Amino acid sequence: MDAIYILWLRELKRYTRSRSQLIASLAQPILYLLALGFGLGPVFRKAGEGSYMQFVSPGIIGMVVLFAAMFSGIALLWDRQFGFLKETLVAPVPRLSIMVGRSLGGATVAMLQGILMIVACLIAGFRPAGPAALPLGFLFMALIATLFVALGVAIGSGLQDMQGFQLIMSFLVMPIFLFSGALFPLDHLPRALAALADVDPLTYGVDGLRRALIGAGHFAVATDLAVLVAVSVALLCVGAWRFSRIEV
Amino acid sequence: MIRVEHLTKKFGNLAAVNDISFEVRQGEMFAFLGPNGAGKTTTIRMLTTLLEPTAGKLQLNGLDPALHKQEARKHFGIVFQDASLDQELTAWENMEYHAVMYHLPRAVRRQRIEMLLKLFELWERRNDLVKKFSGGMKRRLEIARGLLHTPKILFLDEPTLGLDPQSRNQMWTHVKRMNETEQVTVFLTTHYMEEAERVAQRIAVIDHGQIVAIGSSEELKARTGTASLEEAFLALTGTSIRDEAADPMARMRNFARMWRR
Repeated sequence: MDAIYILWLRELKRYTRSRSQLIASLAQPILYLLALGFGLGPVFRKAGEGSYMQFVSPGIIGMVVLFAAMFSGIALLWDRQFGFLKETLVAPVPRLSIMVGRSLGGATVAMLQGILMIVACLIAGFRPAGPAALPLGFLFMALIATLFVALGVAIGSGLQDMQGFQLIMSFLVMPIFLFSGALFPLDHLPRALAALADVDPLTYGVDGLRRALIGAGHFAVATDLAVLVAVSVALLCVGAWRFSRIEV
Repeated sequence: MIRVEHLTKKFGNLAAVNDISFEVRQGEMFAFLGPNGAGKTTTIRMLTTLLEPTAGKLQLNGLDPALHKQEARKHFGIVFQDASLDQELTAWENMEYHAVMYHLPRAVRRQRIEMLLKLFELWERRNDLVKKFSGGMKRRLEIARGLLHTPKILFLDEPTLGLDPQSRNQMWTHVKRMNETEQVTVFLTTHYMEEAERVAQRIAVIDHGQIVAIGSSEELKARTGTASLEEAFLALTGTSIRDEAADPMARMRNFARMWRR
């Protein structure tokens, strides 16, 4: 238990200490929010879909959680490069506890980033359905965080160098974000795009966030929850298995 | 304290460690010398549960590290060849992390961390981030950390690599003191012969995965009829330069070369 706690604490300390990284990782989503939120607003309204700022804010919050969670999972690579992974893996602590502690830490950091993003959205003019919307919203953020930390750990366990990290960012994380319906409604999509959105786990996270925060969405809340929980459990198993096989 | 019998590790066709046997006594400082790629680090990795042996028997303080990983890990401390500190944490936090990971009781934790940080002359800098430390300070912190959970055995894999003579001298003084006061058995590797001669009671020379000689520095010199340990070492291992297949690309190239044969 103590080991899980200290691993969690370490993730949090590293997060709160790297202020520049904290700001850098929020800058891009805020740009998306402002440029798209205000830029596409008039067209969106003309098409009869209501306020684009309302629509896109949950999507951008989902994006922030996705990036932060994946990043903290893949940060295993940094631990490997700076040698700290060896110190951790040679300690008399079961691998599973190490993976759980790290993942909890990563998910917490992703949640904090998401909460900062909610504040940024509120400042930009986003208005959630009501105070009751937040608990369910947090639940969806937590699920998105868990799912993608697990995916990050599963991938990070096998990565050996920085090139691999760049590939994952451009060929996995960006597509997951773009095809999730974070930026556009899922109704009346071309079939190929709809299929991609259907297999993208973030789709259900963003949709759940939308249901929670603005009371509208594509799927039922139960569907969103079920898909996210099932995929999270599966990825946690894969991540734990991959992590247990790391050699340093 | 350490017993190794017919230990072998193969990577594909390459035997990195080939049927070696030796023993390290309790409280001894034992040096493992060899050219690059001789199998020193591979042996340490097997002794410290990071690598499964292909064949042979290991014993650390009566435990087999291949079978009882978790238990065996409590009995040794290790300072790796390259850095293994969290640079974004302070010296104190690195120590605390280690103490918790090694299940040190809360009451002992602070006291022991303070004692070791003072001994290794890092107490004044305990609240500084490790990334601000010099190479020598990082090394000292790693050794202090390795001793934190009062291990029976301390593994030091080229601990003085890249340090200036002052830092090296000071580091060995500290290690020797811990060896004497806490009866820690020390298993070390180094490329500096004078260090091995100064601190180690016995020395094993390994080359191409096999132990070519074992004994005190005097015995090795007498056996080879040489005046210094350096000359004895060269007499035992030859003077040709070894290619080290350390990075993955080099390993791939070697692998490809093996296939083409």
